[in-house]
Amino acid sequence: MNDFVGTGTLVRLALRRDRILIPIWIVVFVMSAAGSAKASIDLYSDQNALVEAARTSNASPALVSLYGRIFDESSLGEVSLFKLTAFGALLVGLLGGMLVVRHSRSEEESGRLELLSAGVLGRYAALAAALIVSGATAIVLGLLTALSLMGSGLDTKGSFAFGLMWAAAGLAFAGVGAVTAQVTESARAANGLTAIVLGVSYVLRAIGDSSADGSTQWVSWLSPIGWSQQVRAYAGDRWVVLLLPVVFLALMVAAAIALIQRRDVGAGLVRPRPGPPRGAASLRSPLALAWRLHRGSLFAWGFGFLLLGLLVGNIASNVDGFVTSDSAKEMVQKLGGVEGITDAFLATELGIMGLLASAFGIQAALRLRSEETALRAEPLLATGVTRAQWLGSHVVMALFGTAVLILVAGLGSGVSSGASLGNMGRQVPRMLAGAAVQLPAIWLVTGLVVLLFGLAPKLVTGGWALYGLFLLIGQFGELFNLPQWMIDLSPYGHTPRLPGGEFSATPVLWLTAIAAALTLTGFVTFRRRDIG
Amino acid sequence: MVSGLHKSYGSTHALDGLDLEVATGEVHGFLGPNGAGKSTTIRVLLGLLRGDAGDVSLLGGDPWHDAAKLHRRLAYVPGDVNLWPNLTGGEVIDLLGRLRGGLDEKKRDDLLRRFDLDPTKKGRTYSKGNRQKVALVAALASDVELLILDEPTSGLDPLMEEVFRQVIEEERARDGDRTVLLSSHILSEVEALCDRVSIIRRGKVVETGTLSDLRHLTRTSIHAELTASPNGLAQLPGVHDLDVEGNRVRCEVDTAQLDAVMRQLSASGIKSLVAQPPTLEELFLRHYDGDLEPEAAVR
Repeated sequence: MNDFVGTGTLVRLALRRDRILIPIWIVVFVMSAAGSAKASIDLYSDQNALVEAARTSNASPALVSLYGRIFDESSLGEVSLFKLTAFGALLVGLLGGMLVVRHSRSEEESGRLELLSAGVLGRYAALAAALIVSGATAIVLGLLTALSLMGSGLDTKGSFAFGLMWAAAGLAFAGVGAVTAQVTESARAANGLTAIVLGVSYVLRAIGDSSADGSTQWVSWLSPIGWSQQVRAYAGDRWVVLLLPVVFLALMVAAAIALIQRRDVGAGLVRPRPGPPRGAASLRSPLALAWRLHRGSLFAWGFGFLLLGLLVGNIASNVDGFVTSDSAKEMVQKLGGVEGITDAFLATELGIMGLLASAFGIQAALRLRSEETALRAEPLLATGVTRAQWLGSHVVMALFGTAVLILVAGLGSGVSSGASLGNMGRQVPRMLAGAAVQLPAIWLVTGLVVLLFGLAPKLVTGGWALYGLFLLIGQFGELFNLPQWMIDLSPYGHTPRLPGGEFSATPVLWLTAIAAALTLTGFVTFRRRDIG
Repeated sequence: MVSGLHKSYGSTHALDGLDLEVATGEVHGFLGPNGAGKSTTIRVLLGLLRGDAGDVSLLGGDPWHDAAKLHRRLAYVPGDVNLWPNLTGGEVIDLLGRLRGGLDEKKRDDLLRRFDLDPTKKGRTYSKGNRQKVALVAALASDVELLILDEPTSGLDPLMEEVFRQVIEEERARDGDRTVLLSSHILSEVEALCDRVSIIRRGKVVETGTLSDLRHLTRTSIHAELTASPNGLAQLPGVHDLDVEGNRVRCEVDTAQLDAVMRQLSASGIKSLVAQPPTLEELFLRHYDGDLEPEAAVR
């Protein structure tokens, strides 16, 4: 057991460090589940309305590819929570994976672990502690969610299936985090790898769910998030499926331990190679440096967006396969026929990609703060570089990067939907236009981060909180009956829905103007404040 | 350069009416323990922080308003060097040099060799000392009027500290238009390199002058063996901690009174004499003795 000496101490240290972070996450998840359940129960007092809503959702390819299918159209619990099944599992998985990386690789990278390793600390203690903290968080989160769902009036068995399903997703991705933390030397890269695995899992289940004729449904079973759906909480409660993520966790931990045995403290599996002894002739401006710092992540995101676009465009051609029942056919007519519903699907998907691209923009703009606090801004600003040039270099990367991402997604979806629908010449420009109108809202959110960076740098990560708020407003605003002014707060709600919808220039111009004002204010305030 | 500078963070007064003057062409030591305000002063000089009150001028300009313009004429080595994890040391040296307006290729290669630095390694794989070397090479290879070095040898091994001293000595030997502001808490370094020294304590400069000026204010310690027992030493002004044991004498003498004391001693016949000149250390201790928290870096 010597290899585990000190685990308890590290667990206590981790809990001490995260004594605020973890409870907040747990509360957010529990509240969203309970709130969603409560609101739906009030909404669907009538069984017919419930079934109707479920059928509509199952007939909509946008909703099915985004959230998954509703297995039992008459189950109050499932219809209330289906939007939080796969999507919630994704977020719990993100929490589970990041907690492991945070308490293993981050500690190792910063050298703090080395400080502790000099004391009595076993070889696996850090990983074990990180897994215990992450696993316990997932389980507590799951159990509290189950209790809160029961409290909202849903049945006990289903509520526990749902809560444990979330917990199991957290455990599965804690396992992924345990492996990625061994592979790379930096926590940033380990988190990136975890996020890629999460993204791929989500896309795999979308492929499985979107299979109109059932031929590719098996793909869902390749994805830990697919397993979460297959627990079928409130629709049969298949407890056995919960074993899959647990077995997966065990395999991942075994892999992580095997990796630890092969590496030194501080090292990753991927050894850094030596690089050029001289700076390339082009490396002579802040912008060139910013490009160096952002390009790796931009390429990775761009590749993901291209795949996502191709996939979405491909699903669009199957849209009529969803329309099987009579009531659905009737509804499709109301919505403007097959083309209308295909366009609505594509517009929704472009909106989602706009949300995802915003995450890149926020992350790129937050790089400003991490460069500043890591004391890497100071040596640059002590050269001939002005503050505006330095700030501008990262802002340009954020704005340019988000534009590249959303346009790549638009192009991909235009090409693949055009190819399958047989009207490439029309579909590509329509999708590119639909993608381009997402930009003002994306840039507005980036602008908020730049403003915070100039005005209140300590609060700059509040950019994520605002982003989360906009997401919640968009997803649940109407369900929770929020007042219209609150719903209007989210910039994403003002983006024209293209293709298919009506384009109006006013909101686009307003969004652009606000984005520009926020960004410029960020520049002005940054020039006046102290660095550090 | 700086007069009456104030800077506070909330309720802490980091700088409390600091005056500092560095003449063109000199190597100026800026001496004080951690937390005395050295880095804050330097960061105000670089226009990274804005002073709350007081006047600051740097190379004839205002460091806050003309920051970028002035920065082309100086090079800065921070006390805590962090590099971009995926850029090599060589790339960082070239980037910083170019942003400053170019660097001397021959000097760059020479410095890399003397500091024994591998420029092909990525930022994240360098040790603290090697990161420091990257910043030093980038600064020293630039042809600038002013070098601002904030505890530049922290993390360097003694061998490399020696290389650093040699390089600065060479700078000083060059035709004297290159000014160096060297902040440090290592007394021997400042003593070896600097023409003038300012000692900072709690955000104020408490002593400033050439080393010989400052030495004048200190005491020389004397151990002597005499042929006869000494007379009248205790009555002389400027004699402290007198300890007489038969024919042996130990005492501390104000450097200004040295002559009178030596006459008195030789009147008793000197058999052997050890006189120790004052070190900066003593000077330093005199200002910090007993009134600072234990972490005050007195070595």
